[in-house]
Amino acid sequence: MINVSKIKKGLVLDHIEHGKGKMLYQALHLDEVEDPVVLMQGISSTTMGKKDLIKIETDLELDYTVLGLIAPHVTVNFIKDGQRARKMRLELPEVVEGVLKCHNPRCITGVEHVHKHKFYLVDPETATYICEYCDAKTRYE
Amino acid sequence: MLRHLIQPLDFTTEEFEQLFRLADQILENPSAYSDVCKGKLMASLFFEPSTRTRLSFESAMYRLGGQVVGFADAKVSSTAKGESLSDTLRTVENYCDIAAMRHPKEGAALLASKYMTTMPIINAGDGGHQHPTQTLTDLTTIRHYKGHFDHLTIGVCGDLKFGRTIHSLVRAMNRYDGVKFVFISPDELKMPQVFLDELDPQDYTETSNLKEAIKDLDILYMSRVQRERFVSEEEYLRLKDFFILDKEKMALARKDMLVLHPLPRVNEIHPEVDADPRAVYFQQARFGMYIRMALIMFLLGLGGQND
Ligand SMILES: [Zn+2]
Repeated sequence: MINVSKIKKGLVLDHIEHGKGKMLYQALHLDEVEDPVVLMQGISSTTMGKKDLIKIETDLELDYTVLGLIAPHVTVNFIKDGQRARKMRLELPEVVEGVLKCHNPRCITGVEHVHKHKFYLVDPETATYICEYCDAKTRYE
Repeated sequence: MLRHLIQPLDFTTEEFEQLFRLADQILENPSAYSDVCKGKLMASLFFEPSTRTRLSFESAMYRLGGQVVGFADAKVSSTAKGESLSDTLRTVENYCDIAAMRHPKEGAALLASKYMTTMPIINAGDGGHQHPTQTLTDLTTIRHYKGHFDHLTIGVCGDLKFGRTIHSLVRAMNRYDGVKFVFISPDELKMPQVFLDELDPQDYTETSNLKEAIKDLDILYMSRVQRERFVSEEEYLRLKDFFILDKEKMALARKDMLVLHPLPRVNEIHPEVDADPRAVYFQQARFGMYIRMALIMFLLGLGGQND
């Protein structure tokens, strides 16, 4: 067992679906963070079998919209003075701005640059969103 | 606040009512409105050709005493040189007071409207997506003859799967009390579930029998069945005559049932029906022009607002 020490302050992203930790690490651009970051994969979990986990020793705030979209069931633990100060369960965001892309070939956004392209959640079961311009459905992948 | 008309339901039913009343007033006394838009300029921006819609908008503006500049085809516009849509529109905004815009891409009018600070935009069709002034035209025609929308039974017939004007009309009519829908189509072209989900299950029925359904209708809205929707020529030939409205079927309908069609038709309405006073599809175009006149005035702040 590798010993990863408890962090004093920062964030712990828990209950990440096993295998998705690395994707999350990349999507959140954690390689660009100068503070210590630890990615743990394949930790045994009573409820999930195996899970991934990310610890970030930082004062930075994450983009929880992006995080909610990519990993809607992750728990975010906010650590202060070595203790868990707050816990937050993520949800799929109702509106996503500038993250998703529209795949409808007839959509104006395929030929014209759009700033802050919005997508609206239409089906939380399948994490399906629709494009604000053409109403075409899309999912994060 | 700057208003646009991008989707049919951008306006409330109250605002629709203001438009209908204004259109009525213009219809009754057109000369009283013949110079209300004097000194105003409309941009007629047709990035793809649509002669019918363009003539309706341009006639509307001229009849209000306004003037029109624009183009009828993207090949002659600056976008042919690679200019972005938003740049084109921001330039036009310096010259014109209002714009009617048609574009082959879905969402184009919404995108353009986001860059506007003074010029209202009317979506004159964005690809196969939205065509709000067609919906307004349909509603104006119904209201003119029936006097109301409440408690009407409307049959929609033809290609219900891809028919954009039908989807918009159903959504718009569903905002009124007690409206019932009868969806008449072959199985292959049924109303998509997403639209059915928006309706109360008690408010609609589905059938493939026009002859049977026509008896109970206040309005029959016919639509085209397009060849390119079918997987094979055989399929098309099998289904194309499925729902042809003719004298024989009209004989089964109520004396005051209206027949509407967004035009152009292919062969879904037999020419022998044209002479029937219940067939109002050619009159629809006239109401289309008057409601566009009302819409232009409304968006320019020249009338219709709570009067
Ligand atoms: Zn789109």
